[in-house]
Amino acid sequence: MYFHSVSLDSDKCHGCTNCVKGCPTEAIRVRDGKARIIKERCIDCGECIRICPYHAKRSITDPRVLTSEYKYNIIMTPPSFYGQFPGITDVNVILTGLKKLGFDDVYEVARGAEYVTASTAKMMLDGTLPKPAISSACPVINRLISIRFPDLIDNIVKLISPMEVAAEHTRREAIEKTGLDSKDIGVFFITPCPAKMTSIRTYMFLKEPVINGAFSVNDMYAELLPVLKTIDKPEKIARASIKGISWGRGGGESAGVPSPKVIHADGIGNAIKILEQMENDNIDADFLELCSCPGGCVGGPLNVENPFVAASRMENMIVADEEAYPLSGLNIPDMLWKNDLEPVYIMRLDDDFRVAMEKMQEIERIYETLPKLDCGACGSPSCRAKAEDIVRGYTSDKDCIVKMREEMTRLLKKEKSDEGI
Amino acid sequence: MIKHYEISGTDFAAAGEASSDFKTMLKKIGVPPDVIRKVSIAMYEAEINTVIHGQGGFCDAEIGPDSIVITFTDHGPGIEDIERAMCAGYSTASDEIRDLGFGAGMGLPNIKKYTDDMKIESELGKGTTVVLTIKLF
Repeated sequence: MYFHSVSLDSDKCHGCTNCVKGCPTEAIRVRDGKARIIKERCIDCGECIRICPYHAKRSITDPRVLTSEYKYNIIMTPPSFYGQFPGITDVNVILTGLKKLGFDDVYEVARGAEYVTASTAKMMLDGTLPKPAISSACPVINRLISIRFPDLIDNIVKLISPMEVAAEHTRREAIEKTGLDSKDIGVFFITPCPAKMTSIRTYMFLKEPVINGAFSVNDMYAELLPVLKTIDKPEKIARASIKGISWGRGGGESAGVPSPKVIHADGIGNAIKILEQMENDNIDADFLELCSCPGGCVGGPLNVENPFVAASRMENMIVADEEAYPLSGLNIPDMLWKNDLEPVYIMRLDDDFRVAMEKMQEIERIYETLPKLDCGACGSPSCRAKAEDIVRGYTSDKDCIVKMREEMTRLLKKEKSDEGI
Repeated sequence: MIKHYEISGTDFAAAGEASSDFKTMLKKIGVPPDVIRKVSIAMYEAEINTVIHGQGGFCDAEIGPDSIVITFTDHGPGIEDIERAMCAGYSTASDEIRDLGFGAGMGLPNIKKYTDDMKIESELGKGTTVVLTIKLF
């Protein structure tokens, strides 16, 4: 079964259709007054978390007590985390603060990003990248491609994510340093989005899991904020340069690609438009950096700070010097996907082409009878989706309020004319 | 099954909407991805042609039992020399259109490349009909 992190708090759900209409894969319906997620369609973009006025959509992340199961705990920071704290200008303050919370070590995902940047650059110069190559860093984009653009799967750069690279590095370092068994070492991530949580649980591109869990930025923020104020002399922990750290905002990754022909698009709607254009063979670029969240990872739905404020703050942080910690032992084969991304044909009406054709014809016929107002009041995202839902057997056509009103007006008129006789 | 699309002759921003809609439909029906790719590229190019050169028109896209047949009809100026128009790099597009990034003279050659059959009928002053056929299997 496919795990996904976005879930619904039924008690908070009012049954409004804000999330239904905003979902890029049409994965939500309102039925019996509550939102329902069609789980196979959910790509964990978190658009519904952002839009829900009642905070009924949330992301399943791990509880902090999970660290008690391990002898040695490492916390990994995504670059976007650095931009969350007002008045903090030194990355070392944040990293030191995390150690004060009881973590044995801290590792920057930005460091992993530097390795991915170096590998991507080498692959591009060696001519082993497809054209255009699509970054594999955003798990939402990967999942989106497998569902909506399966013919573009081969354009994805088959490298594991900076988070996974970082986890492998820090785990190896910890084993060497402590002599502990790998199973006694807990590696955790501070996640800005539900999709990273999902990719940790499913470890789709790895042979075995390398990360033991993830805590949301929001949870860590609350714990860390009071501690940060007490730090006068931070430890010197930071090793990642601005090159890796800028991955936390849109455009940061592509800045490290050795070609001027790069396109960076953030926000899931914008990313979809680029992929649509690419399907038409109408994109002339060497590299596409597509981020599901507006502004890149700083726009992740589990973050605390406004993404534009956070992005600016990140760019002005005191970080490690690029020359101070050169990359060592760049091993590209180690960083390649161990499993391929499989197409998911969840949008198909039927496995049998002929049956699917008949269903499509039926959808077209029903659609013509609907008001085409796309009001969403029936719980489906649009009249077309409604027609499709009827044919798929998800719903009936009895709950269209526009048709109901027409029927009522007709009956009232009839009554009046009957009285007139 | 036939889908009918009206194509505006002036709306560059909307150019590509017909091919995008048809593509979405093909994915739901379960047409093989490589066929969808050919259809989207060829249909998009032809749609752009209808906007730029044909001053608008309409498109009928039919999914048959073993092929997809897409007919673009416009009432534009017509093509004077079809053979020349088929040459890569040849274009009659205005500077204004070239400034928009179109008119590189690759439209028709590209359509031919991605279809199994292409027929053009054109009459000066009357308009052009382009019929694209792409085999399903």
